[in-house]
Amino acid sequence: MRQISKMTGRALPMRGNDIDTDRIIPARFLRSITFDGLEKHVFEDDRKSAGGPYNRHPFDVSHFQGAAVLLVNANFGCGSSREHAPQALQKWGIQVVIGESFAEIFFGNSGIIGMPCVTAAAEDVAALMDLAEREPATQFAVDLVAGTCRAGAMTVKIALPPKMLEAFTSGAWDTTGMLLDRFDEVRATASRLPYTTSGPV
Amino acid sequence: MGDTLLKKVWDLHTVRQLPTGQTQLFIGLHLVHEVTSPQAFDTLRANGWKVPFVDRTFATVDHIVPTRERTRPFLDVMAEDMMASLERNVRDFGIRFVGLGDIRQGIVHVIGPELGLTQPGMTIACGDSHTSTHGAFGSVAFGIGTSQVRDVLASQCLALEPLKVRRIRVTGTLPKGVYAKDVILEIIQRLGVQGGNGFAYEYAGDAIDRMTMDERMTICNMSIEGGARVGYVNPDDTTVEYVRGRPFAPPAGEFDRMATWWKSMASDANAVYDDDVEIKAGELTPVVTWGVNPGQSIGIDDKVPAPAGASDPKAITDALNYMGLTPGQPIEGMKVDVAFIGSCTNSRLSDLREAARIVKGRHVAKHVQGLVVPGSATVAKAAEDEGLAEVFREAGFEWRSAGCSMCLGMNPDKLVGSQVCASSSNRNFKGRQGSPTGRTLLMSPAMVAAAAVAGEVTDVRELL
Repeated sequence: MRQISKMTGRALPMRGNDIDTDRIIPARFLRSITFDGLEKHVFEDDRKSAGGPYNRHPFDVSHFQGAAVLLVNANFGCGSSREHAPQALQKWGIQVVIGESFAEIFFGNSGIIGMPCVTAAAEDVAALMDLAEREPATQFAVDLVAGTCRAGAMTVKIALPPKMLEAFTSGAWDTTGMLLDRFDEVRATASRLPYTTSGPV
Repeated sequence: MGDTLLKKVWDLHTVRQLPTGQTQLFIGLHLVHEVTSPQAFDTLRANGWKVPFVDRTFATVDHIVPTRERTRPFLDVMAEDMMASLERNVRDFGIRFVGLGDIRQGIVHVIGPELGLTQPGMTIACGDSHTSTHGAFGSVAFGIGTSQVRDVLASQCLALEPLKVRRIRVTGTLPKGVYAKDVILEIIQRLGVQGGNGFAYEYAGDAIDRMTMDERMTICNMSIEGGARVGYVNPDDTTVEYVRGRPFAPPAGEFDRMATWWKSMASDANAVYDDDVEIKAGELTPVVTWGVNPGQSIGIDDKVPAPAGASDPKAITDALNYMGLTPGQPIEGMKVDVAFIGSCTNSRLSDLREAARIVKGRHVAKHVQGLVVPGSATVAKAAEDEGLAEVFREAGFEWRSAGCSMCLGMNPDKLVGSQVCASSSNRNFKGRQGSPTGRTLLMSPAMVAAAAVAGEVTDVRELL
């Protein structure tokens, strides 16, 4: 798999705690047998409600088009397990998400498609958001190995569980490959479960 | 020092430690539905992979199905496409499937337990966050995304991070008119929508011990709304008797042996928890959400909060604006347009019985659309046989066929404009019920029934 360690680009601040996956991609866009075209509907309903410093949804602000880094607050991606949410963000162009904290299923769904979610201190996230809003042309350089995000004159610490970091940087984040790797052990585990001997469920 | 159920089940299903630091966990039951699986099946096809454990995989259709006109092809071409895709996938890969017209069809989290597929001590996965429901049986059940659905289809395993365990003891007796739904809404309100991040929730205490399996399912179902991906109740005699005799339960000759094993998987009396919380059942009242996440709730006697002094005033202001509420306003008396009884949280026979008890001899208010959507075709038949369907119809409710319906906007059942819906479902997120400006008030099925009759949010205790 592709090695993921450095990402550079402009940043898009998406303010607010507890932003759920129904907001990221409304359920009606899940009525499809592919993930194609999801990027067109990122935050679709949310974007209709104006707000924020530009009186516009961040995903509609011209300066933020083409951003690669998404900045979020706490518990981003809560709610439904729909992978369509990180898929939509990734297809829109987001390569890495920096936030105070993430909902667990969203965190896993993002990692498994190669879009790392990294955490940073609340005050650092706030400073990065301010910077992106003040000077949207600023290049944000995320370095997973160094554990930093550099932007303008700022360098902030970012964190990822160590083994997960290793997986991204070595390109070993293909879970199916790993899970199939020693399949005899899977069969052995299955055969020692008390309930598998009483037949199929 | 004893072990928790989580640790016992986790250890038993561990295949190995992965280089990523995650655990490779064998999944004892994989439930599949139409929304989160098509892309996963495509990846299997592209790689030439098979499903090695088809006897531990079971599929149904629930999210996109219309609850009224179910003739094929569906009017919604995209829904038809998804349905046809699932039918093709289960045929190609040899997976058991219950489709429309089958008495076993229904919401995946209703039919798993109903058919006896869900059993204690198992690991269970499904591409839906409300998979936590199955934890009511003392299984460890994970909601997963599509790439993980692919992993389970191809390998019957997941790569997972270990979880901590928070025990939530619900002690004492629930007052009349206060239900399992109120308990879980209260838990989420107190611990927060992200309080369960990194935790499995073990629900314990004498109030939980006395609960039926339906009630335990309602509690476990909404674990994820509190941030906990996994929620469970230790298996006991109630669990065992629920499973006994169901179509996929262990056969009679093996049942007692399995029941003994199930109970042995319960957390030990001296198990150590990462956190421990007590909720006093006697203090609870009917709960209603006023905001845009399931943690934003108040008791029926309380008033809508003000942003000032709150930990996140912006979030409160935003929620109040969206809901069209003013700080200090009582929630009781808020006018409702739609009353929805259904969803994987509250669409089982006992939920319908409790709601029917409220509406019997009364009528849905003139301006309210009332909708009852049983969780499965089996629930629907049982409710029709014992006359509940007739009670609802006579009261002016629409009686529909089984599916996810108005819990989420993926089928024809949707709110319109900024309608307010009293709903027995699990999420009050903005736009959740299909209209970008629709407003959801979560509450127990009995409270929804009361709101339908009164035409506004009302205290069900006064109607009992």
